[in-house]
Amino acid sequence: MSEHADLAKLVFGRLTWEAIPLHEPILLATFVAVVIGGVAVVAAITYFRAWGPLWRDWITSIDHKKIGVMYVILGLVMLLRGFADAVMMRAHQAIAFGDAMGYLPPHHYDQIFTAHGVIMVLFVAMPLVTGLMNFVVPLQIGARDVAFPFLNNFSFWMTACGAALVMMSLFVGEFARTGWLAYPPLSGIIASPDVGVDYYIWSLQVAGVGTMLSGVNLIATIVKMRAPGMSMMKMPIFTWTALCTNVLIVAAFPVLTAVLALLSLDRYVGTNFFTNDLGGNPMMYVNLIWIWGHPEVYILILPAFGIFSEVVSTFSGKRLFGYASMVYATVVITILSYLVWLHHFFTMGSGASVNAFFGITTMIISIPTGAKIFNWLFTMYRGRIRFEVPMLWTVSFMVTFVIGGMTGVLLAVPPADFVLHNSLFLVAHFHNVIIGGVLFGLMAGITYWFPKAFGYKLDPFWGKCSFWFWTIGFYFAFMPLYVLGLMGVTRRLSHFDDQSLQIWFQIAALGALLIALGILSFIIQLFVSFRRRASLTDTTGDPWNGRTLEWSTSSPPPVYNFAFTPIVHDTDAWYDMKKRGHIRPVAGFVPIHMPKNTGAGFVLAVLSAICGFGLIWHMWLVAAAGFVTLIVAAIVHTFNYDREFYIPAEAVLRAEDARTRLLASHG
Amino acid sequence: MLAGCDMVLLRPSGYVAAQQGQLVVISTLLMLLIIVPVIALTLLFAWRYRESNATAPYTPDWDHSIQLELLIWAAPLLIIIALGALTWIGTHTLDPYRSLTRIDSARPVSFETEPLNIEVVALDWKWLFIYPDHGVAVVNELAAPVDIPIRFKITASSVMNSFFIPALAGQIYAMPSMATTLHAVINRPGEYEGFSANYSGAGFSDMRFKFVGVSAGDFDRWLQKAKASKDELTRDAYLQLEKPSEREPVRRYGAVALDLFDAIVNRCVEQGKICLREMMTMDAHRPSGRQSARELIALDLAIDAVVCRADNSIAGALLPSVYRD
Repeated sequence: MSEHADLAKLVFGRLTWEAIPLHEPILLATFVAVVIGGVAVVAAITYFRAWGPLWRDWITSIDHKKIGVMYVILGLVMLLRGFADAVMMRAHQAIAFGDAMGYLPPHHYDQIFTAHGVIMVLFVAMPLVTGLMNFVVPLQIGARDVAFPFLNNFSFWMTACGAALVMMSLFVGEFARTGWLAYPPLSGIIASPDVGVDYYIWSLQVAGVGTMLSGVNLIATIVKMRAPGMSMMKMPIFTWTALCTNVLIVAAFPVLTAVLALLSLDRYVGTNFFTNDLGGNPMMYVNLIWIWGHPEVYILILPAFGIFSEVVSTFSGKRLFGYASMVYATVVITILSYLVWLHHFFTMGSGASVNAFFGITTMIISIPTGAKIFNWLFTMYRGRIRFEVPMLWTVSFMVTFVIGGMTGVLLAVPPADFVLHNSLFLVAHFHNVIIGGVLFGLMAGITYWFPKAFGYKLDPFWGKCSFWFWTIGFYFAFMPLYVLGLMGVTRRLSHFDDQSLQIWFQIAALGALLIALGILSFIIQLFVSFRRRASLTDTTGDPWNGRTLEWSTSSPPPVYNFAFTPIVHDTDAWYDMKKRGHIRPVAGFVPIHMPKNTGAGFVLAVLSAICGFGLIWHMWLVAAAGFVTLIVAAIVHTFNYDREFYIPAEAVLRAEDARTRLLASHG
Repeated sequence: MLAGCDMVLLRPSGYVAAQQGQLVVISTLLMLLIIVPVIALTLLFAWRYRESNATAPYTPDWDHSIQLELLIWAAPLLIIIALGALTWIGTHTLDPYRSLTRIDSARPVSFETEPLNIEVVALDWKWLFIYPDHGVAVVNELAAPVDIPIRFKITASSVMNSFFIPALAGQIYAMPSMATTLHAVINRPGEYEGFSANYSGAGFSDMRFKFVGVSAGDFDRWLQKAKASKDELTRDAYLQLEKPSEREPVRRYGAVALDLFDAIVNRCVEQGKICLREMMTMDAHRPSGRQSARELIALDLAIDAVVCRADNSIAGALLPSVYRD
């Protein structure tokens, strides 16, 4: 009997039926909806006999464009989840005053704000940023794929499996109740003995590997695979920002992996790195996590800066003002982002000189950032600005972001931070820069490059609706939080006694509602554009009168991107080619060497997630089996020598001829 | 609507918070010098150079100007130099570890004034305030006489919290096995909100207390009330109190165990537990890693008590000094 129980324990660990939250109506309803939705999707895929194409063309694809698209889809799906959390918090805080306790018990509310932060940063912003970099960078530098195409597929699936673990915590067990950075001792085994923190650790570990490898991949791609003639100082700005971002990723993510590994050692084997007793020091964790965490926010914002640079120059019909100073500004920000982490905890008792040092390094970052803003401004100066949707996002960004920048510098003044730290003022600040900066940039980028990826533009009407709802919604949602912060209201509270604060939370809830309409408009935009794709078609491959190489190829680009590798003479390579009367080659094609699809990345990532799930629930047998199969599968994959193929010259000719006809038919 | 808008950070009642609030205002104004023109120019350029405005000049290949680029790097630089100087000075004068030199802008602290010592312990989920000079302790209520400098020593029992009374002074974290310090003074009598500003688990939202600034006479009466309590905060009573609970009423203790705060920081309130300080001293004096625990304890007996008292902070510059004062 006891042997039987031991075996069950090895297989199921601490997972019991109790872990399924049948008693929580909100979760139960969500679960039912997800199941119905999931069944519908599976049925649809089966009905349209899409399983084969899905596996062959997408899941196993090592085409950087498809992987880019999959990253963006992952990011958008997770945005819905992260935003649902946001709406629940706003609704709860708008009513939980005095005797009303709101509709979420602290147990649930605390998971929601933790999940919201983790998801929005790591599973929305990161996949969207990585997706756009993946899609755009090889096209911008005239390459046919990334340096390590298989690794790219593997990276994506690791990120997706990390996201899957977070989603699983919704219905099996619970998520962490620690805040998005899981400071010990709260995240230690004594204060958080449940599976929540373990979900946090292993989803981040699995996804972190993916992000890290994708960083290596893109650095190698940018450094080694640029078209002939494209010196570093002729790279498009987006590629520059992508390079800097990936340098940040490669230098920062190992720190996250290490600090989470130490935390899991504390939790699993009883070490004392971050415990209160036996010489452990939680402040080491706080330092380490921010040494990753601060560069992380620049990992998000730099590519957004790159997008704005591309957009502002294209839609102003003008060369980017101050290219060199833009590049130096980006590099300076990259370096400085490693010298500011302590500003996240001025209030933990460092000495005045240390605080002042980190405060001032933080302020210094605003100098290159300010220079960038001015560069965009003077790119608009004496331009011919077309207010297409991406440009609207850019102008809104420029106005909104400087406000967030200002409050950020304010928080960098340590004595000011002593009163503003952890307040809603801080919450308003980082949403101001992440929504007003990163998200606006991503929306601009998605709208800008959508026709390149799918061959038709997004419907501008619904794009403008989305834009206005987001922009106005943002101000309604976060300006009240600045005010509340100055009134001394702290973050992460699930209940308030002071009724006079309620109005501000209600305004913020209204803002969240407007943002919801913005998201809804975006979804409608996707549907409407798909329905109207015939009239929105981009036949030229250059729908915006673009300036960089991605616009020189067809929309969507052929698998091989460029039939002939372009030769670059100018920063705005495509603008330069158009100006000099570039004639598209129509004959003389040669076979093109391409990498072959493989399912290995998907298999390895799923095995990692299984191993992670086993570790979360202390299912030692499952974890061990997952880990061993993972290693074996990785070794087996190294014996796969069938990794590349040639696209025959005739196939290239056929594809290029089709494009010639298309271009001719639309004169 | 603005009636419900009491911006306590900008109109506080303590001198330290007042200076911090002032710094918030000055820094904001300094930055607005550059932010306002940028926003105005963005909107102006967006309007003036719109595509439909054919009268505006258009220079598609103009992308460089030395003068302009110097200006766009120099303008933020100048603002940051000014703000950096302000930051350096402000951070040092408002260092929470630094004893106050003034009660308010007009009155320096007189030479013979002794600050009021208060020891603060963040518990799950309530606040314990020990008055070591008076031998009393109170849960979830704090009082101090106006215009007398206060020296808080702050720690926590299990997880991180942040000790914050917006009307009095900026916050400082309360962290287990570490002690932080805050100097402050309250200038106007009244009742103020105090709370934890760092999320610490389920009972966090209600981890609030009342801070009262009172006249010297009222403060004595307040102390007497605590003194009159029959309850005694012994080590055992503390271990009971430490257990997680929410929405605790105000509770007073007429007597407090000797060196309780010190024992809390060193995590040895329980009888027989080795204090962190001693553990660190043992480690510091361990000649090699091969000695057994038994030998270590034997070695510890030989160590002079003065050594134990020495500042054996393991913390580097980036960590708060455990015993710094």
